[in-house]
Amino acid sequence: MKLGRIIGSVMCTAKDPGLEGAKLLLLQPVDEAGKEYGDPLIACDTVQAGPGDLVLWEGGREAAMSLPNPFNPADAAVMGIVDRVDA
Amino acid sequence: MTLGRVVGTVVSTMKIKDLEGYKLLVVQPIDPQGNPKGRSSIALDTVQAGVGDIVMLIDEGNSSRQILEKPQAAVRTTIFAIVDQIHTGEGS
Repeated sequence: MKLGRIIGSVMCTAKDPGLEGAKLLLLQPVDEAGKEYGDPLIACDTVQAGPGDLVLWEGGREAAMSLPNPFNPADAAVMGIVDRVDA
Repeated sequence: MTLGRVVGTVVSTMKIKDLEGYKLLVVQPIDPQGNPKGRSSIALDTVQAGVGDIVMLIDEGNSSRQILEKPQAAVRTTIFAIVDQIHTGEGS
């Protein structure tokens, strides 16, 4: 898993049926010091995260597996809200 | 399987069920000499590793699910061993 910060959300009415009901978040990858790296991406939410939250996220197959309906085309998902990082 | 050094911990209360009950550690990948290389990641701990430990980790979903014995878990990065010694070079 990786760390990221939620910087916004994305609304889509017309979308693949596999993503029906999924909340889409705009996520900026960060390191353990909170420093941004790479480009922002869109991730499905599983934990009711919101803008400003530091989160745990994962890409690839595991992202799809974390959603209620595992047969979906998601390639990134937020899997936890981080309370604290000690590093 | 790769080598890494545990450099920190992550606390998360709100998380998916698959992650419940495991310690989350920040792991810095290292080369066999112990030099850091690449970006750190957050791994599930299954061996009671701690900050400063050199560990072996896997960054692959099916292997992680096998380690956790949870065939449906949405988990990819898992620490599964604490390294005692590394020998490199001739006679190793």
